[in-house]
Amino acid sequence: MTDQTSATPVVTALDAATPRPRWQVILIRPETMTLILLVLAFVVSSLLSPYFLDINYILQSFTLTAEFSIVALVMTMIIIAGEIDLSPAANMALSACLFAWTFQATGSMPLALVVGIGAGVLMGVFNGLLVIGLQLPSIIVTIGTLTLYRGIAQIIAGDESIRLPEYFIGFNTWLIAGIPAPDLLFVVLSIGLGLVLGTTIYGRQIYQTGTNEIAAQHAGIRTRRLKMGLFITMGFVSAIAGIITASRLGSVRYDLGLGGELQMVLMAMLGGTYIFGGRGSILGTFLAAWLLSVISTGMTTANLLPATQLCVLGVLLIISIIATNFIYSRTQR
Amino acid sequence: MKKSLILGLALGLTFATGAFAADPLKIVYVGKNTGNPYFDSITGGFQDACKQLGCDFLFVAPATAEATSQIPIIEAQIQRGVNVIAIAPNSPDALDQVLDEARAKKILVLTVNGDIVGNETHRDANILPVDFTKTGPDQVELMGSMIGYKGEIAILSATTEAPDQNTWIAAMKDSLANNPKYKDMKLDTIVYGDDQPEKSTTEMEALLSNYPNLVGVISPTTVGVAAAAQVIQQRGIADKVHLTGLGLPSEMRDFIKDGTVKAFQLWSPYNEGWLAAYFADGVSKGTIKNEVGQKFDVPNLGTITIGDKNVMNTQAELTTFDASNIDKFNF
Repeated sequence: MTDQTSATPVVTALDAATPRPRWQVILIRPETMTLILLVLAFVVSSLLSPYFLDINYILQSFTLTAEFSIVALVMTMIIIAGEIDLSPAANMALSACLFAWTFQATGSMPLALVVGIGAGVLMGVFNGLLVIGLQLPSIIVTIGTLTLYRGIAQIIAGDESIRLPEYFIGFNTWLIAGIPAPDLLFVVLSIGLGLVLGTTIYGRQIYQTGTNEIAAQHAGIRTRRLKMGLFITMGFVSAIAGIITASRLGSVRYDLGLGGELQMVLMAMLGGTYIFGGRGSILGTFLAAWLLSVISTGMTTANLLPATQLCVLGVLLIISIIATNFIYSRTQR
Repeated sequence: MKKSLILGLALGLTFATGAFAADPLKIVYVGKNTGNPYFDSITGGFQDACKQLGCDFLFVAPATAEATSQIPIIEAQIQRGVNVIAIAPNSPDALDQVLDEARAKKILVLTVNGDIVGNETHRDANILPVDFTKTGPDQVELMGSMIGYKGEIAILSATTEAPDQNTWIAAMKDSLANNPKYKDMKLDTIVYGDDQPEKSTTEMEALLSNYPNLVGVISPTTVGVAAAAQVIQQRGIADKVHLTGLGLPSEMRDFIKDGTVKAFQLWSPYNEGWLAAYFADGVSKGTIKNEVGQKFDVPNLGTITIGDKNVMNTQAELTTFDASNIDKFNF
C-alpha cells in the first residue's frame, strides 16, 4: 500500500538498464567464441604437424564429416524451435539401406533415389506425428525411433554390405572449382538456411516458438505446423546425407553413420545453440562443423592417441557450454 | 565470409607442406583399435625388423573397431607422405576408396593380420600368419577333442563385420555341417563381444544363462577368449564348460596353469610384423617383385612364397598352446 505511492515515480535513469554498446552486441556472442576456437585449432594443428596446413587436405578431410554437418544445420533449427531429433543418423542408415536395396533389386537409380529420399521424409513425418500429434517429448520419441530405424536397417541389410555401382561412388571426390562437392553443398545450404533463419518471418517464428511456445501461439504462430515442417525437413536432409555417405563409402551397411546424432548435437552446442531453445544460429553451427573437422583432422595428422583426442573434444564441449550459458545469462535483458 | 578468411590463411601457409624427400622408408601400421594387446606383438615385429633395415615405423589405431573408424587415419597417413600403409582392416569394403587413393599416390598398401575379402584388388599384398581357410576347421577339431565330439557349443566372436572372424566362422559352420565326425556337435548361437572386454564378458555370461546345456565355447578372438576364460574361472565351471579359441599366451597363461582352459591356438603375431617390414623394404628397393609365385628369403622365417591373390603366410599351421608348452612363449 505504501509502496504504491513511492514506487511509481522512481523509474529513473538509475533503474533503467543502459543499452549495451554496439561492439558488445556484435562481439560478445557464442559464435565469436567458436570462431576464436576455430582459429586456435588451425594454429595448434599447424604447430602439431607440418603436414596439416594444406588447403586441399583440409577440404578433403571435411568431406568425412560433411554429411553430419549438413544434418546439424537442420538440427540447429529444431533445437532453436525447442525440440530435438536424435534419429537422423539412424535415418541416414535406413534411407541409404533402402536406396541401395532398391537399386540392387531393380537396377534403377532414379527409382532408388526416390525410395531412399521418400523413406527419409516418411521417417521425418513419423517423428513429427509422435512429437506433435501425440504431444510426446521429442527426446524420448527420437531415441525410440533412432533404435527402430537402425533396427529396420539391420533387418534389410543384415550383416552384409550392399555394393553400389562404380559410377555412383565418390561424390566426395567431385571437385567444383577445386572444392569437394559435399563441402560446397554444406556451404550453400548454410547460406540458404542461415538466410531463412536470420532474415525471414518464418525464421523469427522458429525463435519465438523455442523461446515461449504458448506466447508464440497466442501471437498467432502455428507452432505445430512449424515444428512438423522442421521434422519433415530433417527427414529429407538426413536421407540426402545418408545417400552422400553411401557414395563416399561405396557400399551401405546398417551401421552407416553410427553415433552421428551425438556429433550433430555437439556441432550445434559448440556453435552456441541453446539446448533449451530460442537461441542459436546457423553461422555458429557452420563454424563449429569446421572446428570439429579441423580439430580431429589436426590431431589425427599429428598421430595423437585416440584417448587424447576424446579428452580434447570433451573439454572443448564443456568450455563451450559454460561460455554459451555465461554469455546468454549476461546478455539476458 | 569467415570461411574465406580461414581459407586464405590456410592457402597462404600451404607452402609449408611441400614435397618432403623421404630418405628412410616410412612404414605405418593401422591397427583395428587401441588397447588391444595383440597388436603390440605385431608392432614388435615391425620395430625389430625396422631396426635391422633402417626404416621408420609407427603404429596408429582408432579408438573403436567400427567399420569406418580407420578412414580418417589412412587419409592422415597419406597426407603425412608415408611410403607403406600396413593395415588390419575393420571392414571388408568400407576402406576400398581410401586405399585406392593411397595406391594412386604410390603408397604400398599391405593388409596384415586380416584381409579385405572380396576386395583384394584394393590392396597390393596380404600377410597372414597361417592359411586362414584351415583356421575354422582346426578350431572345431580342438573343441571336439575337448568335449568328446558331443554336445551344444557356441561361438563368441569379435564384431559382426570382422572379416577374418566371419571367414573362420563360416568354415566352422561348414565343418560342423558336413564332417560326419562332428555330427553330435550342435552350434547353438554366435554372439559378438565387439573385441571389448566388458561387452565380451556380458555376452559370455548371457550365453551361460541362455544355454544351460552348453558344453563348449569357441572364441576366435584374443579379447573374447580372455574375457570368457575370466567368466569361467570366476564361476568355477571349467569342468562343465570347455573353452578354446585364439588367444595370446601372455594373457592365457594363468588360465592354462589353473586348468580353466585346457588348450587354445594361435600363431606368432610378431612374425607378421617382421615379414611385412622385410617385404615392404624389399619391394621398395626392387629386390622383391610383388607377383604371385615369387619367392624370397626372410631372416628367421626361411623362404616365403607369394601365393594366390598376393597372400603370404608366416607359418604353415596353427600353434596349439597347452600346459606343456605355454611357458616357451612370451608374446
